[in-house]
Amino acid sequence: MKKKVLAAIMAAAMVALTACGGAAATAPAEPAAPAAEPAATEEAAPAEEEAPAEEEAAPAASGELIKVGIINNDPNESGYRTANDKDLKAAFSEENGFDASFAYSLKNDEQITAAQKFIQDGVDYLLLSAADTAGWDSVLKDAQDAGIHVILFDRTIDADPSLYSASIVSDMDKEGETAVAWLEGQNLDEYNVIHIQGVMGSAAQKGRSGALDSKVASDGDKWKIVTQQTAEWNAEKAQQIVQSVIDSGEKFNVIYAENDDMAKGAVAALDAANISHGVGKDVIVMGFDCNKWALQELLDQNWNYDGQCNPFQSEYILKVIDELQAGNEPAEKTIVMNEKGFDATTITADDVENYGI
Amino acid sequence: MNNNSKSGSGVLSRLLRSQIVIPLAALLLLIIFNLIFDPSFFVITPKTNSAGNPVLSGYLITILDYGSELAILAIGMTLVTAASGGQDISVGATIAICGSALLRVLCGANSRPDQLQAPIIVGFLVACIVGMICGAFNGVLVAYFKIQPMVATLILFTAGRSIAAWINNNELPIVPDPKYAYFGGFIPGIPVPAPVFIAAICIIVIFLVLKFTTLGLYTQAVGINPSSSRLNGLNPELVKFISFVILGLCVAVAALIKTSRLSTINYSVIAKDIEMDAILAVALGGNPLGGGKFNMWASIIGAYVIQFLTTTLYKFKVSSDALSAYKAVVVIVLVVFSAPTVREWIGSKFKKLTGKKGVA
Repeated sequence: MKKKVLAAIMAAAMVALTACGGAAATAPAEPAAPAAEPAATEEAAPAEEEAPAEEEAAPAASGELIKVGIINNDPNESGYRTANDKDLKAAFSEENGFDASFAYSLKNDEQITAAQKFIQDGVDYLLLSAADTAGWDSVLKDAQDAGIHVILFDRTIDADPSLYSASIVSDMDKEGETAVAWLEGQNLDEYNVIHIQGVMGSAAQKGRSGALDSKVASDGDKWKIVTQQTAEWNAEKAQQIVQSVIDSGEKFNVIYAENDDMAKGAVAALDAANISHGVGKDVIVMGFDCNKWALQELLDQNWNYDGQCNPFQSEYILKVIDELQAGNEPAEKTIVMNEKGFDATTITADDVENYGI
Repeated sequence: MNNNSKSGSGVLSRLLRSQIVIPLAALLLLIIFNLIFDPSFFVITPKTNSAGNPVLSGYLITILDYGSELAILAIGMTLVTAASGGQDISVGATIAICGSALLRVLCGANSRPDQLQAPIIVGFLVACIVGMICGAFNGVLVAYFKIQPMVATLILFTAGRSIAAWINNNELPIVPDPKYAYFGGFIPGIPVPAPVFIAAICIIVIFLVLKFTTLGLYTQAVGINPSSSRLNGLNPELVKFISFVILGLCVAVAALIKTSRLSTINYSVIAKDIEMDAILAVALGGNPLGGGKFNMWASIIGAYVIQFLTTTLYKFKVSSDALSAYKAVVVIVLVVFSAPTVREWIGSKFKKLTGKKGVA
């Protein structure tokens, strides 16, 4: 009897685990890197022939709602994802002529199940931000057979490009290059950089670290790395790393943090040690992701730079859908979004409002 | 002369057998290591912070500062370990829940308020209650439903951070009042970081409790043998339950410090993996992880040893994702040295050595 009760509780616990587990353990992840396939444009052709005409003509013309199934990662994952989800919800509303259903998961198998359900429901478009790059071939093939257009956003997958209509991504390498180019433009006599990295191996970390690493390698006289550590997107760890450099008494004049949280942790350590930071001060502070509070710090001139990682993908998706509705394949298969870098000396209150997430 | 050496070896062997020697030896090792490689590790310099207040700065201060949360958690974890013979792995997630509740009270529904919506003390009390409820939840599962502690706390471990996000509607509140930053930073005019004082208060309180109440004795009795303690008129369920509630309170205090350090919270990464460090602190203190006897001082010193190790590794620019590998080495050494057979063997070797000397 006792054992039965125990088993029941364990079972209940298991349900709780699977239900709530997803968002809990993940560090705020960043969108995956764009597949390096500018050549994919030419491959747009095969999908074109297979696009069946039947459901295409009907909805938009007759004012009927376009059925869209959206599979995304859990919005709890990070501020980026929350903004991404909000943007999609606003864009695919009924007023805009869409009947959208949403499914969230950080697990690939659950996402695939959701995709199968959407295919059975007979959606017109399947929008997908995949949790994992692998395992999508068969379900996308099903979608293609059912005449459903698949549009990838934010993350690419390892599948034949003919299986999807378009892929909308951020260029992380470019984000890093923009930031380093800005830093170079500050014309400092010396660059002694504290480099705080994200979770090692993530696309955002690779792209943002890569640009700085290659700059240091090519211009080693002027550019030096004081310390290069991963704080795993974690503000507390960043605070300890910077604190350790301060305690050691080494000189530094740039903090290059690969997201806003870590920049905030670094600044907390600077404040405690009375090291001035911001526009025209001793230390240049750089962050990424453009959280609203971070842009506010820029506006207050406490930080110097913030690089955008654009979560507002709906306008790009809508453009693709418009073209598909008109019967054309999108001109480019892989669409790289415009991403800005904000400078504290030029940022305006409007920018904070419009681009903050 | 003979007498002298005998009593000398008696003290030594007693010291060797005493628990506290393990964390102290580890601490000594780290201190010697730093003395050899860079004595500037121990320099403390007075400075002023950006608010113009005098502060002390240096690696030692950093260790005391950042070790505070861990020391506080080690207190509760020691009691839980001793009473239930298992560990609570939901500590980090519960910190997220308490911190989230705390900021929810301080900031209200708006995540970017211009001023505090409630006094800090009210927020802290709410956090304490939330922490104790979480502790009570774990305690009930462990004490009354007889679920293994690690399995019981697995529930909050996985669900906790989602609950924390849900409390604040997924927003990340920022506390506008600079006074809130005092708890994780410096109180104006006092050059020692505030977390050091908070940890000191917690340590003093728990020692007064252990000294003037029977909590310590009951906990050990229940941990050693629940059924015989029941025959002696104790209520083992209640004692286990209380140990979890006390840990919940420790978690709330740690959450106050953690959220105060940055005046904000990030549910998915706040106090990440801190439960493992807290358990390691208990193990470093030489406490048997299967429950029973415990030594509170040893656990607390163990907590600071872990921070000492972390800070040392940061100082020598060891890549921070390799930190856990170094901690693993510490665990291995610990497990080996705290094994009864190994300790006996060392003890007998030592006795032989001193015995021979006495004869000569």
